[in-house]
Amino acid sequence: MQARLVAKDIACRRGERLLFRGFSLECGSGQAVQVTGANGIGKSSLMRILAGLLRPFAGTVEREGMMGLVDERLALDANLPLGRALAFWQDIDGCRDPGRALEVLQLDALMDVPVRYLSTGQKKRAALARLINRNCPIWLLDEPLNGLDSQAQKAFEALIALHCQGGGIAVVASHQPIALPAPRTIDLAEYAA
Amino acid sequence: MIGVLLRRDLGLLLPGGRGGGSVLPLLFFLAVAMLYPFAVGPDAQLLARTGGGVIWVAALLAAILPLEKLVAGDMEAGVFDQLHLRGVSEELAMAVRLLAHWLAFAPLLLLATLPAAALLGLPGETTRTVLLGLLVGTPGLAAVGLAVAALTATLRGGAALAGLMVIPLAVPILIFGAGALSTTGEGGIALAAAISLGLCAAAPFVAGAAIRSAREG
Repeated sequence: MQARLVAKDIACRRGERLLFRGFSLECGSGQAVQVTGANGIGKSSLMRILAGLLRPFAGTVEREGMMGLVDERLALDANLPLGRALAFWQDIDGCRDPGRALEVLQLDALMDVPVRYLSTGQKKRAALARLINRNCPIWLLDEPLNGLDSQAQKAFEALIALHCQGGGIAVVASHQPIALPAPRTIDLAEYAA
Repeated sequence: MIGVLLRRDLGLLLPGGRGGGSVLPLLFFLAVAMLYPFAVGPDAQLLARTGGGVIWVAALLAAILPLEKLVAGDMEAGVFDQLHLRGVSEELAMAVRLLAHWLAFAPLLLLATLPAAALLGLPGETTRTVLLGLLVGTPGLAAVGLAVAALTATLRGGAALAGLMVIPLAVPILIFGAGALSTTGEGGIALAAAISLGLCAAAPFVAGAAIRSAREG
């Protein structure tokens, strides 16, 4: 997988407030970056800017490769059993073999449970499974460890390592420590306006 | 891709579907047709003359009921964000939803028009004109509903506001669609169809732009 994610001189404004400015990031195949910072400093906004969902107030983002985003919005139908809710995205993504990710994240037993009955951690695992099955090179992860127990956390860290080995990029916004391969940490507070 | 989207949208919107789509708009529509003779009295001639218009008004108001869950839920859940990342534009998602919305409420409404016409004692010719008018008018009602639902999705009390906003926008369809009842010939129906087509063409773009601008808010 060849991928590249370059952000140049990004500034982000929400409402009347400038959250950060002058943020630059360059990621090539196989690299993982953690973005840290206090609540409200703009980590989620940064992830949405990188994903192309939010226009930066200034600066540009260049992407080579498909992107996958996991944030606090689940985008799974709450009334459907998990298996069918995930099946919609598998159909959209053209994923033929969803089984392995479900196994690693221990979702097999939950496939018949309606999404609204899942716990926070289980929902997060479902969103991560969708990301893995999408098979895209650039992962944008906004607080991916929220609600995960230590076992799921380890399993997911291993999945990120595997993803980067295969030439993928992972950008993780999290205030929690997370084990990344060849870790690089950027503190967003340094760019606070 | 479009098939996958349409299947999900239909599951969400069809009566009895998992999204809580219900037959309430239909029952509401029939209830109006049933109440009207009680309110104006059993004058068969009066009912036959005004019944077609009543059916039109009832259909317009029934079209407002399903707007609440048309866009807002998916917007909140981030479904459109995930679709955007997969290269599915908001416009395409909205065009598919427009089709699903129409399929979920119009065919049943047309069917319900037959018992409603019987309740009002409409002659066969009038019933035919009403059915034809509703057939070409409902896509326009669906389009206005979708666009307004997307525009008001992030507002508190958006559903009530959406209902009020649909009414003036739907007036042209009502004028020509129901107007065809009092004039002979099919000119009114053709004009209602033209307005309907225009609205259907514009609605996905309006709704798509509304979803994109809601992200910035």
